Amino acid sequence: MSNKIKHHLTDDLLMAYAAGSLPEAFDLMVATHLSLCDHCRARAESFDAIGGCVLQDQEASAGMSDGSLAATMAMIAKGAPIAKPSPPGCSVLPAPLRDYVGGDVNAIRWRSIGMGVKQAILPTTRDASARLLFIPAGAAVPDHSHHGTELTMVLQGAFSDEVDHFARGDVEIADEDLHHTPTADITEDCICLAVTDAPLKFSKLMPRLFQPFLRI
Amino acid sequence: DDSCDTKTEWVSHVSRIRDAQDQAAFAELFQHFAPRIKAFLIKSGSDVTLAEECAQEVMATLWHKAHLFDPTRATVATWVFTIARNKRIDVLRKQRRPEPEELGWGPKAEPEQDDVLALQQETAQLRDALTALPEAQRQLIEKAYFGDLSHREIASQTGLPLGTIKSRIRLALDRLRHAMN
Ligand SMILES: [Zn+2]
Ligand SMILES: [Zn+2]
Repeated sequence: MSNKIKHHLTDDLLMAYAAGSLPEAFDLMVATHLSLCDHCRARAESFDAIGGCVLQDQEASAGMSDGSLAATMAMIAKGAPIAKPSPPGCSVLPAPLRDYVGGDVNAIRWRSIGMGVKQAILPTTRDASARLLFIPAGAAVPDHSHHGTELTMVLQGAFSDEVDHFARGDVEIADEDLHHTPTADITEDCICLAVTDAPLKFSKLMPRLFQPFLRI
Repeated sequence: DDSCDTKTEWVSHVSRIRDAQDQAAFAELFQHFAPRIKAFLIKSGSDVTLAEECAQEVMATLWHKAHLFDPTRATVATWVFTIARNKRIDVLRKQRRPEPEELGWGPKAEPEQDDVLALQQETAQLRDALTALPEAQRQLIEKAYFGDLSHREIASQTGLPLGTIKSRIRLALDRLRHAMN
């Protein structure tokens, strides 16, 4: 567990994750960051505690129907549902991502999107999208701005843009005001998890033409 | 009777289920929590029948996962809330719920009583602070936890100014933080 993470999740995101009101792709981002960041995990637990208080303050007067305890005991007697174990792995992808990929980095099915940059779209509900991005050491993602909110978290290597330098566990939160060109450090290929609730707006003609095919 | 909430009593109920499959302990937990889960789910948009069914399933999950409960990190109420929330995402929104990686701290020793007490007290303090919030702020926090705000609205809170809602929630959180210090 790294203490070097500089860029964390916002209160808004952590609260919405605790409340259970985020699109699945954003839940995946939060769960992945919490797997690497003790600081945000503790903050997330505080937001769960608020949920616990809200639950405690519910009126119990409506009550449960007759026989509901017996029905629950019967349910319990059938045994616990078998939990699907997470695919093993301990290197690049934290457990929540391994569940979506079906393994660690070597199980990712990359598709080239040009200039050495590759992506893999993860299966989530369509209200937002999640993908893994591979940026070769020293390469850049074409400069672009954003229609909505885009969160990018580094899993391997590091990248820099107009805002700062981002390393493993760091999350960059981009909105419509940010126009940037993320560039991977020269020392190592960079792998990121990126989630967005809207398509990106690319500045150069070529990427814009390809955008509908790439689903980014 | 709410006096139970701030004591560590429910913690021992869960241990009794974990260690001895104690049905009497479960019945007491059920009586307290099941109707609250049901009310919570109804406010989240569920119909009465589904809320009743889900409340039963949440309580069954509590039984099966009793060995996973860590009273140094959550009260029983907080833990029950997280199970109910995940049930709501699963059943009402038909969506997967990615959870963080389990902390790999090896086989768990019996938790330190001081840590358990400290967590219970902090949560009681948080609950008092929530109750003391101005009505408009407290209601917004509650609404957010019922999922009353659409997820698009909440998602946009991550980057876009949402005026009153956002600033009220922020104010409320500042007050809670202040009360906890
Ligand atoms: Zn963090
Ligand atoms: Zn971007």
